Amino acid sequence: MTKEEALYKYSLKMGDNALVHSYRLSEWCSNAPLLEEDLALTNFALDMIGRAQAFLTYAGQVEGKDRTDDDLAYRRSERLFTNSLITELPNGDFAHTIARLLFVSVFERYFFTALQHSSDTTLAAIAAKTLKEVKYHATHATEWTMRLGDGTSESKKRMQAAINNLWMYTGELFETDEADAMLQGLNIGVDMPPIKENWLQYIKGTLAAANLTLPEDTFMQTGGHKGIHTEHLGHILSEMQYLQRAYPDAKW
Amino acid sequence: MELLEKNEQVQTELLRHFENKIEKGDSIEPRDKMPDGYRKHLIRQMSQHAHSEVIGMQPEGNWITRAPSLRAKQILLAKIQDEGGHGLYLYSAAETLGISRDEMISQLHSGKAKYSNIFNYPALTWADIGAIGWLVDGAAIVNQVSLQRTSYGPYSRAMVRICKEESFHQRQGYEIMAKMMSGTDAQKEMAQDAMNRWWWPSLMMFGPHDSESPHTGDAVKWKIKRHSNDELRAKFIDKTVQQAEVIGLTIPDKDLKWNDATGHYDHGAIDWNEFYKVISGSGPCNHQRMEHHKRVHAEGAWVREAAEAYRAKQEKQLLHS
Repeated sequence: MTKEEALYKYSLKMGDNALVHSYRLSEWCSNAPLLEEDLALTNFALDMIGRAQAFLTYAGQVEGKDRTDDDLAYRRSERLFTNSLITELPNGDFAHTIARLLFVSVFERYFFTALQHSSDTTLAAIAAKTLKEVKYHATHATEWTMRLGDGTSESKKRMQAAINNLWMYTGELFETDEADAMLQGLNIGVDMPPIKENWLQYIKGTLAAANLTLPEDTFMQTGGHKGIHTEHLGHILSEMQYLQRAYPDAKW
Repeated sequence: MELLEKNEQVQTELLRHFENKIEKGDSIEPRDKMPDGYRKHLIRQMSQHAHSEVIGMQPEGNWITRAPSLRAKQILLAKIQDEGGHGLYLYSAAETLGISRDEMISQLHSGKAKYSNIFNYPALTWADIGAIGWLVDGAAIVNQVSLQRTSYGPYSRAMVRICKEESFHQRQGYEIMAKMMSGTDAQKEMAQDAMNRWWWPSLMMFGPHDSESPHTGDAVKWKIKRHSNDELRAKFIDKTVQQAEVIGLTIPDKDLKWNDATGHYDHGAIDWNEFYKVISGSGPCNHQRMEHHKRVHAEGAWVREAAEAYRAKQEKQLLHS
C-alpha cells in the first residue's frame, strides 16, 4: 500500500462517516419532538455535510482520478462505502438518535483533537474546523443523555435501551487497519488507544451522572470499514443516489 | 359607580391613544392597550403565519434525502432550517399577545388555526423544490415585504428579519430551475411540469380578490395590512414573468399579457373553486400534513415531558443547595 492509497482510504472513511450520519440526522427534519430540536439536529447534519465535502474532495484529489466529492458520494455502490456501521442504523426513537450522537461525537471530539496536529496540512485544517463543530455535538448529546436518563421513568427506560442496543456498534469506531498504522507511523494519522481510553472515561462518567448503566462487555460488530455493511446502507444509497443514477448525464 | 365610570374613562382614553398611534404610523407594542378585535386578528394571522412556516417544512423535507448533490442538499437543509427558525420567531412574537405556543399548536390540531393552503400540494419531483423556492417563497416575500411596515411592533420586527432570509430562498429556488432549464431535455421537462403545477396555487396564495376578501376592512384600518391582495398579486406576477422568460419557462396562462394602461400584466381567471375546495380540506395533502404534525407531536411527548421533569429536578436541587 502506498502512502497515497492509505491517505485515500483514511479520508474516504471520515467522509463516509460524516455523509451517512448526516443522512440519518437530516431525516429528523419536521420529525423532531420539538421545533428547537428539529433545528439542532438538522444543523448537525449540515455541519456533517460540510465535513463530508471536505474529506471526499480531498480523497478525490489524493486518488488522482478526477473524482469530485459528488462522484464519490453519489456514484459508489454499497461495498465501496467505508463508514462505521453505527452511522447507518435507522434513527429509531429520539433516545437512539441521542445515544448514537453521544457515542460518535465524543469519539470524534477526541479523534479530531488529535488529528488537528497531523503532519498533513489539509487533514489538520479540516480537523481543526471539525473540532469546533463536534464539541458542540458532544455537549448537546451529553445534555440530552442527562435529561432523558434523569427525566421520567419512561425516558430513562428508553435511553437505557438505546445505550444497550447501540453498544455493540461502538467497538468499530476504534478499529485500525494497515492504512491507519502506516499513516500513524508518518505522523499523519492518529494513535487510537488513547482516544479509546478517553472516550470510555467520558462515556462512563456521563452515564453514571445520568443514572444510566454502562452495558456489560459484549461482542462488537465489525465490517463497515471493509465495506461489509448492515442491510440498511443499501436503502440509504438507493434513496440518496436516485437522481444521479436515474439521470446520469444531468448536472444539478 | 364612580369607580366604574372612571375605569371606563381610562379605557376610552387608552383606546384613543391606540388610535392616535395607528393614525401617526407608530408601532403598537405588547403593553399598549389594543382593541380585542386587533389582538384577535393578529393572533389569527401570526399563528397562521408561524404554522405555515412549520408545515412548509414537510414538502421540502420530503426531498432532503434525495437532493442530487451535496451542495444542493446543504442549501435545501439550510433553507428548511430557516423556515423552522421563522416559525420560532413568529410563535414568540405571537406569544406577546397572550397566547402560548402549546395553545397555538392545539388550535392547529383542532382545525381552528390554519396554515397556508399552498402546502396542501405535493412536492413530486426535484423541480418542485425549485418551484417552491422560486414561486412559493417568491409570493411569500411580496407579502412579507409589505408586512415589514405592519402596525404591530413584534410582528413587524420579525418580518424584517425574515425578509432578509427569504430573498436567499427565492434565489435558491430560481437557481435550481435555471440549472434544470440549461440541462438535459428530461430536466427541462421536469422544470416546466413543476411550473405548470405550482403557478396557479402560487397566485392563490395572495387570497381572494379584494372585492371578496372578508378580513380586509379592519386589517387595513388598523394598518396590519398595508396593501390589498390584488396589489400584491400583481407585484408578484410582474416580477416573476420576466424571471421565467430569462430561463425559458412558459407561464401556463394563455391570457397573460402586458397591459400598458395599468402598468401590470393581465392574467387569466383563477379557479377559485379549486382554492375553496383545498382550503376546506379537500386538497391532495391536507390530511397528510395534519396527520404528520399530530403524529410527530404525540410521539415527541415523552421527550418534552422528560425535559420538563429534568428541569424541575434541577431547580429543586438548586433551591436546596
